[in-house]
Amino acid sequence: MTHDVTQDAELQDLYRELILDHARSPRNFGRLNNPTHAAEGINPLCGDKLKLYLKIDADERVHEICFEGSGCAISVASASLLTETVASLTVTEAEAVIESVTTRLTHGSAVIKNEKLYALDGVRKYPMRVKCATLAWHALHAALSSQNTTATTE
Amino acid sequence: MNRPQQSSDFGTAIANCRNDFPALKQSVNGHPLTYLDSAASAQQPTVVIDTVARYQREDHANVHRGVHTLSGRATDAYEGARDKLCKFVNATSRTEIVLTSGTTEAINLVAQSFCRPRFGPGDQILITHLEHHSNIVPWQIVCEQTGAELVVAPIDDAGQIELEALFEMMQGKVRLLAIGHVSNALGTINPLRQIIEQAHQHDIPVLVDGAQGVPHLRVDVQELGCDFYAFSAHKMFGPTGSGVLFGREALLEEMPPYQGGGDMILEVSFDGTIFNELPHKFEAGTPNISGVIGHGAAVDYLQAIGMQDIHDHETALHDYMVSELGKIDGIRLIGTAENQASVQSFMLNDIHPHDLGTILDQQGVAIRTGHHCAMPVMERLGLPGTARASLALYNNSADIDRLTEALEKARRIFG
Repeated sequence: MTHDVTQDAELQDLYRELILDHARSPRNFGRLNNPTHAAEGINPLCGDKLKLYLKIDADERVHEICFEGSGCAISVASASLLTETVASLTVTEAEAVIESVTTRLTHGSAVIKNEKLYALDGVRKYPMRVKCATLAWHALHAALSSQNTTATTE
Repeated sequence: MNRPQQSSDFGTAIANCRNDFPALKQSVNGHPLTYLDSAASAQQPTVVIDTVARYQREDHANVHRGVHTLSGRATDAYEGARDKLCKFVNATSRTEIVLTSGTTEAINLVAQSFCRPRFGPGDQILITHLEHHSNIVPWQIVCEQTGAELVVAPIDDAGQIELEALFEMMQGKVRLLAIGHVSNALGTINPLRQIIEQAHQHDIPVLVDGAQGVPHLRVDVQELGCDFYAFSAHKMFGPTGSGVLFGREALLEEMPPYQGGGDMILEVSFDGTIFNELPHKFEAGTPNISGVIGHGAAVDYLQAIGMQDIHDHETALHDYMVSELGKIDGIRLIGTAENQASVQSFMLNDIHPHDLGTILDQQGVAIRTGHHCAMPVMERLGLPGTARASLALYNNSADIDRLTEALEKARRIFG
């Protein structure tokens, strides 16, 4: 019984209400016409496939961002949260968020400015799922670097 | 549907066999392990583990090379395993049993040694939409090398090959048919005898990918009439890294060596080399001796229980699984062929298979999630992947009950 209670708590920590909400109704979901930056993220292990589209103007600020694709709850929620977070940030600010999120999810100590993104914290107890959570962030990094290639988790 | 009563319905060997698998006695994440991923890799019984360990401790030496005692013991055990494998699939002769690293290497061997020297532009290699990657990619590579064309027979929504279309495609310039015995993603058992008979009427040799056949069905290559049959040890309770290519002797004789090296030669000089006889011609270098010996032990183990009892047990358990899964609100069974081996793919509402996999794992239930190395099948069915529970001789109805309980919890979490 103790096991069940702990595990239920851990599973609920992974699938927090905010994660499930973003997975069910992803924000900024769709395609952007004439993006200035775009990149695809593929996780070959589980078949998650996301595409990010951005409009970045001369002021080096993200004016529009959206994503499309399919994946597990964690990868879709992470991408959805990403679009909310990054909209209206400068490229430098966005890179800093990418750095803190990916470091926190893989090494566990970085501080993230945006409170909401701590919703992804549950994934840290599931090493096999960390890649699902970081996929969109790797794709964003690829898009910002204008690496017009595909980012993969492998 | 009643829970299958193992001790009364089936031989006691089956009922007690779970105890032979030490890996199944552990807890995972605080729950007794419910292992439903044998189609990816099956657990090994103590007798296989001990046979390999004893060989490593007492008999290890290189095979076919030494005059000393250990080399003799290693060679006897290694060649003894070949004899067991020969009987296991009822090949005519041990020369027809080529030992490989697994199904994948066996198929690549046929692609490179049978197809590559003789196929060219205008020739076709026929496969089906059910195949997994190791029965697709080797053919794509050899088509690229030779200019031959890969053609794919369609499947229906239940996951069965459309036989009329398949037979129609045989009218073309097909030079080889490569087909799975049992679909790893959907569990469909293909009507091989009928298909092979039809292919032979068009003089098309047939390779059977038997990776998912041997753990569940009695395989008799003479009865099937196939020209090649490939399978792996680790799907049939043996070690990884060992497998078999059965090939009809007449075909193997005509084929050039696949790789060069030691053991596959009779005589080497810088002017040229005389290749060894079958089956050694195809076995270059020091082989996976312990793996092959373990494979032989797995054959002994399966034959002591009896393939018919295994098949009956698994069929009853699969029926129970299908019936219990069907009671879960929101479940959708993927792969509903009339003739199905002990594999069942499914979806639960719109929960992504990967999320299901994690939630089930937290409850000690191991299933496979994703595309099952069969991306074209998933694409055909319009799915990103599925969750798949696969059964083996050691599973029982309690495993199914744990699976359905765990799925109910997943349903609750995702609301």
